[in-house]
Amino acid sequence: MNDLETVIGLEVHAQLLTRSKMFCGCSTAFGAAPNSQTCPVCQGMPGALPVINRSAVEFGIRTALAVGCRVNEHHRFARKHYYYPDMPKNFQISQYEEPLAEHGVLDIEVGGSSRTIGIQRLHLEEDVGKLIHEGPLETAQSSTVDFNRAGVPLMEIVSRPDMRSPAEAAAYLRTLRTIVVYLGVCDGNMEEGSLRCDANVSLRPAGSPELGVKVEIKNMNSFRNVQHALEYEVKRQVRALAEGEKIVQETRLWDPERVRTVSMRSKEYAHDYRYFPEPDLPPLQVEARWVEAIRATLPELPAARRRRFAGGYGLSAYDADRLTQGRALADYFETTVREYDKPKIVANWVLNELLREMPADDDRAVAACPIPPRNLAGLLRLIDDGTISGKMAKDVFETMYRTGQDAPSIVAREGLTQVADAGELRRVVDQVLAAHPKVVEDWRGGKKAALGFLVGQVMKATLGRANPALVNQLLGEKLPKG
Amino acid sequence: MTQPKISLSQVEHVARLARLELSEADKERMRRELDGILSYIDTLRALQTDGVEPTSHAVPLTNVMREDEPRPSVPQTDMLANAPDPSGEFFRVPRIIEE
Ligand SMILES: [Zn+2]
Repeated sequence: MNDLETVIGLEVHAQLLTRSKMFCGCSTAFGAAPNSQTCPVCQGMPGALPVINRSAVEFGIRTALAVGCRVNEHHRFARKHYYYPDMPKNFQISQYEEPLAEHGVLDIEVGGSSRTIGIQRLHLEEDVGKLIHEGPLETAQSSTVDFNRAGVPLMEIVSRPDMRSPAEAAAYLRTLRTIVVYLGVCDGNMEEGSLRCDANVSLRPAGSPELGVKVEIKNMNSFRNVQHALEYEVKRQVRALAEGEKIVQETRLWDPERVRTVSMRSKEYAHDYRYFPEPDLPPLQVEARWVEAIRATLPELPAARRRRFAGGYGLSAYDADRLTQGRALADYFETTVREYDKPKIVANWVLNELLREMPADDDRAVAACPIPPRNLAGLLRLIDDGTISGKMAKDVFETMYRTGQDAPSIVAREGLTQVADAGELRRVVDQVLAAHPKVVEDWRGGKKAALGFLVGQVMKATLGRANPALVNQLLGEKLPKG
Repeated sequence: MTQPKISLSQVEHVARLARLELSEADKERMRRELDGILSYIDTLRALQTDGVEPTSHAVPLTNVMREDEPRPSVPQTDMLANAPDPSGEFFRVPRIIEE
């Protein structure tokens, strides 16, 4: 069989962080009592009049600019018709022929090399309600519906079929997620469903310009699931083709428990959406002035920040990448550096100690970190002025994290001050040398490693509080010359 | 008689999309009525519309937007009061997948 090439396109839905819904004033707050955040507009009652949420349009434009899309001057909403109980009015307000923005690009990095993925379009629409089935959908005799989510603003970003592996698809999704979170337009939480992803997967002979029959994969609600589901689906299609089967165009659901994709029972006419312009919503005319005003408020994006961290602070590409995975983490790093001007040391502490406690991209956790940047800087200064050793500082860091107190208070309270008093240390050194005559002999005999043992003994005797430089100096003075 | 604009099977398709159950007599009546409407479209087509922007909205308005301010919703009990089959705090709907 000829070499097959994998072709993947992604459709990403991002819930926008507006306070009210897309077309009505109902709250978008998460976790309210079921069906307590609805009104005639989002319930689709006859005669209700939807009105566009200006912030949702702005968030869409922000994102469009960040991924290099052209914002269409004219765009409008359309009704997408389908019957499913998650939408009470039997159509979803979306955009069809004239989306908000088109023709963008996203640079991704996989295994050290970078690729550019095309973005076909970015449009706005409304979310649908949440169905809870009694048991599995196939056998459920009835389902209940919560319409709180119906009408929450959604942004759909459709990539071109430019990804060539599940790893690239995962990288694309991660990169896009970082951007929408940086922009503050979406919280990026895949588990809670504020960021969702569907994929189109097909295979074709390597080098062929035509696309194979595509299969749509749904229900992948985490980064891991996306990669696993796509890996499974590619294998399934390769096997099917090898056995002479034909791939059928269908929708398959990822089943994370059974680790496979399952064909969704085909819904007849499912794709006959009969779009037409939404008569209740006048078209939008996006003026260049508005777009430019929004462009002026764009924050520094992750890719630019990563480059600046590597260049300006002299960090490794790997460290710069990790530090910029979340806006809050990158801010944390920079705020600390403003107070303590040794970027590499700060980077080490953030990456090795802080990230032990929280994921790099969890903005909420980083922002709520019990050790504010000022306190981390304070801790690092205590190492520099010799008050505590680097090793002690790690313990102090843990206490700071647990208690929220600053380093000087903890050091004072626990009497952790490093022993830098030469007189006191000299006594300890004498005791250690007296207790280990054999090691001293070894040292005299030319066994230089013996010195390390003696340093260790002094540190042990002082409970790790001895100033290591001073210990070395004193041992050098006291040891008999070989 | 001119060629019919719409076939009976197209009527059945559209009826199914709209979840309408039509009797055989209804289908034929619908076919005739829709045929009349579609024939009228032919009359409109005779107009010279080259270079005219398609109209999607009859009212010459653009950029009608509201600020992102939450407003009170309808109370849950009021919203559920008209549901044919409420279940606790939810709407209940019959079996979704056809057997
Ligand atoms: Zn509402």
